[in-house]
Amino acid sequence: MNKILKKTRLAENVTEYVISAPDAARHAHPGQFVILRVDEEGERVPFTICDYDSQAGTITILVQEVGYSTLKLARVPEGGYIADFVGPLGNPTDLSEFQNVLLVGGGIGTAVIYPQAKALKAKGRPSDVIIGARNASLLMYEKEFASAAKELRFITDDGSSGVKGFVTDELKRMAAEKKYDCVFAVGPLPMMRAVCALTKELGIKTVVSMNSIMVDGTGMCGCCRLTVGGVTKYACVDGPEFDGHLIDWDEAINRGKTYREQEAAHKCRLTGEVK
Amino acid sequence: MAFEKKPRNKMPEQEAAVRARNFNEVALGYSAETAKAEAARCLHCKNSPCMQGCPVSVNIPEFLRAAAAGDFDKAGEIIGKTSSLPAICGRVCPQENQCEKMCLRAKVDSPVAIGNTERFIGDYMLAHRKEREKAPRTGKRVAVIGSGPAGLTCAAELSNHGVEVTVFEAFHKAGGVLVYGIPEFRLPKSLVQAEIDKLCGGGVEIKLNTVAGRTVPIEELAEKYDAVFIGSGAGLPMFMNIPGENLNGVYSANEYLTRINLMKAYLPDSATPVQLGKRVAVIGAGNVAMDAARTALRMGAESVKIIYRRGREEMPARAEEIHHAEQEGIEFCLLSNPVSFQGENGWVKSTRCVKMALGEPDASGRRRPEPVAGSEFDIETDMVIVSLGTRPNPLIKNSFAALQTSPKGTIVVDEETMRTNIDNIYAGGDAVTGAATVILAMGAGRKASKAILERLDIK
Repeated sequence: MNKILKKTRLAENVTEYVISAPDAARHAHPGQFVILRVDEEGERVPFTICDYDSQAGTITILVQEVGYSTLKLARVPEGGYIADFVGPLGNPTDLSEFQNVLLVGGGIGTAVIYPQAKALKAKGRPSDVIIGARNASLLMYEKEFASAAKELRFITDDGSSGVKGFVTDELKRMAAEKKYDCVFAVGPLPMMRAVCALTKELGIKTVVSMNSIMVDGTGMCGCCRLTVGGVTKYACVDGPEFDGHLIDWDEAINRGKTYREQEAAHKCRLTGEVK
Repeated sequence: MAFEKKPRNKMPEQEAAVRARNFNEVALGYSAETAKAEAARCLHCKNSPCMQGCPVSVNIPEFLRAAAAGDFDKAGEIIGKTSSLPAICGRVCPQENQCEKMCLRAKVDSPVAIGNTERFIGDYMLAHRKEREKAPRTGKRVAVIGSGPAGLTCAAELSNHGVEVTVFEAFHKAGGVLVYGIPEFRLPKSLVQAEIDKLCGGGVEIKLNTVAGRTVPIEELAEKYDAVFIGSGAGLPMFMNIPGENLNGVYSANEYLTRINLMKAYLPDSATPVQLGKRVAVIGAGNVAMDAARTALRMGAESVKIIYRRGREEMPARAEEIHHAEQEGIEFCLLSNPVSFQGENGWVKSTRCVKMALGEPDASGRRRPEPVAGSEFDIETDMVIVSLGTRPNPLIKNSFAALQTSPKGTIVVDEETMRTNIDNIYAGGDAVTGAATVILAMGAGRKASKAILERLDIK
């Protein structure tokens, strides 16, 4: 059982959880993820770590309430417990060989690039950051990035904050102004695909964090498999980060839809909504 | 002298047509009377060849003698001296290749049903649980990585000798393949839990949700504990790397079985989803393939086909499992090998196979299957379960570079002591051998525990 120490509403349907997990916190690195199970009947769901404090023994994750398990988690109060919490899983991000990194976060993926921004700043090589969201109310971690990034830009689909447009528009502008040796992008699959299509054209190496469907998260089922450079890889043990220019995006997006119907039914069961 | 013929007592089973639609245990178990009668069939041969067939050398004639006399407590005690999990071994061991293969009674009529009788005793012991006397504590501490058959056996042995044992398990439930792999209808999960509870009652601590190499570095365990045993298994599934293998609806057997067994996706209310295939193809013919095929049937499939590139004789699954599968209506598509999967809207729709013919024997001694040119044919499938075996998980070796592993990724150990290249680290089970059997893993766990006890100067 792991205690939820703090719950903070960051945006509509998005909540930040600070969870007590001393062992995981002690060994966590940027880019890694955890798997949790809300209760005894729950499913195992992966979340990327968006902050950790080894002293306090805590791991912070950001949860967007989109389905059965995330809605169920939202009902656990601050000070309450979740049944299972395991991590850190996956390989840490490796941005060590790059001098000028541009971090791109879309939607909830924004939280995932925060540990990288912090780590790069600590190494004396602060990164530029683009944060994109559908609208102003969905922007998050503005303060945190303001202190961690060298240059920070916001962009929203509807122009309600920052510039109007998509992260790729901003990326194009920034790449025209400065030379980057690596773009690190995290967000919904279509956004990462669009970023990769653009950076391939621009000839900038791009690393993405894949959010495949997972069960165990330790490399024993192959549920999270994807094709990278023509070879089958497991996101949980070979990734979750990969060279974005080598990913079979159509396949990854298709696999992400495997349980769409069942998930909708599960959610309805919880909310009483009728499909 | 001539022995009177007394055929082996049959194991009562659920009717095939009924059981093919439920997840209840297929084999129903002996009654006390049947167990006594079966145990009495033992001829008590000189040299007890049956014991040589048992990887953990259970004193079979003696436990059968006690069982025949109706002293089930004593029979349990005798088994308990060398085997920690009789209710499990009695169910899942391939006895026909082990103890029962060596049984000389086969020359009179048929081998003694050692497994069925052991299962009865194991169940009896769980139902009439007695607190085991705790061995005096030695103050020594051992870390066990993985709570599958190897780890559990090693932990039980060490604990019985007064060692303080902590088991580190990555999943939220202990048991390894016993809980995620072997289906409920062959091995009820309540029984696995009861065996594990018995073990914990003996003073073994199990830390769930702890991935060795990630949540706790193995180096740290080696420093903090007097010894470490790695029983992390071989869980990484192999695929064929043929076109269409990543279409939706194509599962590894591990994923399919984990969703259904561990995550209970067979229950209608389960939070964990699984696809309900109507026309299912299972690739491979080992025990895991049989488990996956029979599970798919129970999940409501209209047809389930086993696709195997060799012939009937070469199928690696236990004869009993193949027989059970056939009785339940699983079809066998032999001498056929998938070459690609065809999809529609991203979902698998058919499996293209090529006919195979058996050529000369290969290194494994089995005749090598060769594709027959121009013999391709399609099988309509909306779900495919790939069951071609597993490899050791790279996580352990990747997170602990100092550990010596083979090119196949298995951990290299000294065969006598199960010690790795690192002084106080031992390993056993599938992590060392690659995918093998439950009982071999238990044997390895036992062997390692002996070496660890010796190292710690505990007799």
